[in-house]
Amino acid sequence: MAHSAVVSSEQYNYEIVKKFAIAAIVWGIAGMTAGVYIASELAWPFLSFDIAQITFGRLRPVHTSGVIFGFGGNALFATSYYIVQRTCQARLAGGTFWPNFTFWGWNLSIAIAGTGYLFGISQGREYAEPEWYVDLAIAVVWVVYFLIYTVTLVRRNQPHIYVANWFFMSFILATALLHIFNNLAMPVSLFGAKSYSLFSGVQDAMTQWWYGHNAVGFFLTAAFLGMMYYFVPKQAGRPVYSYRLSIVHFWALSFMYMWVGTHHLHWTAIPDWTSSLAAVFSILLLMPSWGGMINGIMTLSGAWDKLRTDPIMMFLITSLSFYGMSTFEGPMMSLKSVNALSHYTDWTVGHVHSGALGWVAMVSIGSFYHMIPRLWNTTIYSTKLIYTHFFLATIGVILYITAMWVSGIGQGLMLRAFDEYGNLAYTFVETVAFMHGPLAARAIGGMFFVSGMLVMAYNIYMTIARAKQEEKTPVVAVAQA
Amino acid sequence: MLAELWMWITDLGNSKMVALVIFFTTFVGIVLYVYSNKARSERLESYRYVPFLDDDEHKPQAESPKQGEK
Repeated sequence: MAHSAVVSSEQYNYEIVKKFAIAAIVWGIAGMTAGVYIASELAWPFLSFDIAQITFGRLRPVHTSGVIFGFGGNALFATSYYIVQRTCQARLAGGTFWPNFTFWGWNLSIAIAGTGYLFGISQGREYAEPEWYVDLAIAVVWVVYFLIYTVTLVRRNQPHIYVANWFFMSFILATALLHIFNNLAMPVSLFGAKSYSLFSGVQDAMTQWWYGHNAVGFFLTAAFLGMMYYFVPKQAGRPVYSYRLSIVHFWALSFMYMWVGTHHLHWTAIPDWTSSLAAVFSILLLMPSWGGMINGIMTLSGAWDKLRTDPIMMFLITSLSFYGMSTFEGPMMSLKSVNALSHYTDWTVGHVHSGALGWVAMVSIGSFYHMIPRLWNTTIYSTKLIYTHFFLATIGVILYITAMWVSGIGQGLMLRAFDEYGNLAYTFVETVAFMHGPLAARAIGGMFFVSGMLVMAYNIYMTIARAKQEEKTPVVAVAQA
Repeated sequence: MLAELWMWITDLGNSKMVALVIFFTTFVGIVLYVYSNKARSERLESYRYVPFLDDDEHKPQAESPKQGEK
């Protein structure tokens, strides 16, 4: 049976949570703005202005690292440090130094890596572009993060480890495994940036996509599910629909995700059985994914009116809806016949963003709107601005993914069309011309989403400013008296 | 017989099947563990309230019991 123990918020280390939360918003705006810029470059190529540092190839990893590791990573550090303390009713381990070490280590690593990308310093491995020296720094930070988290769990005052912490532990362990093995490389020299991977050919591709898809599985899914299992019940004011389902959800995801990475390599030189195995496990993954989605959404059972009256709940439940949609779309795209059409087109890009913006960003935003006022012991500055943010974000995501469906499926069909003589019906350039409209619409969708983030930044800034004002007021009042 | 089975298990060529058998049986075991015993189910479901235990501002609302629950 769970034990009850009320612990005052002063006993928790909230300072580190505040730092990570603010860093997440800053990185979110920077990374998403880079995304909007490169999306605009694809629609209007003159925007590269022939400056090498801001061409698509250089800025794209700045965007992906900025949003995945800058926004997503900082959001996960913030929420995991917050959740582990509150569900274990114990202060974060490591005093003030080690949590701060993870903050500066993580953010400096991303900043150094991102600056390098602009100057062409990259491993060329998708979502693992940093060169060897940054990889080593990240590994050290990650080990410290693991120790802080584990020691906090060991020191807990609550006998049971709440399921959100299971998801965070799985994320920390799997990310360590993926990061270390995918980045095994030999530097050319001790003082040079360049290194060469230990893998080559098919092994290189399979290692890369074992990493790439499990980064989606454990960094962008499992960890954000940890966020969901805490913040959805808290915001709804009701416990999670089924704890037993959350346990099955956790183990099913953990067992299945590791097998599916090879679906990124359908119709290439990899052994055929690996392709089939990945497709089968991708289809199987639909069940735990939807089990988790249903568990989250049904938490609101009996309080559906909150979907009309609570904009934070709107963010959280919409994020779960996008989670359900993208975890249906993903298995479908992993079927070899569908993949033959979708691969190498914008459909993949749209799918990624329905997960990244619709699920990951929205659940983080909803969680932040819940958590940040509590960190500063105040209330949110403007609920109306949360509504505004919600509609800007939702319109942005829908515009983005529908534009990418049109662009991707359209291009896929054109590339596979034959004329009456058996020749290709369209040249590649004709498909590019067709894509211009959807690419412009996609950039506009991204602008909507970034606008929402700016509204959030203003709302959070005003919330914190007001909280500081409230802190000072009693002191001034006493002094005047 | 046992020696043959051991040789089959330790053959790296069979590692995929061995892994599948281990993972699948473990997973089935977890599902049975989670759902098979009524007292255990009640204990597990009590952990739903952990996020609310250190919170004196929001207490979870009373829920109508789900089907099959007392």
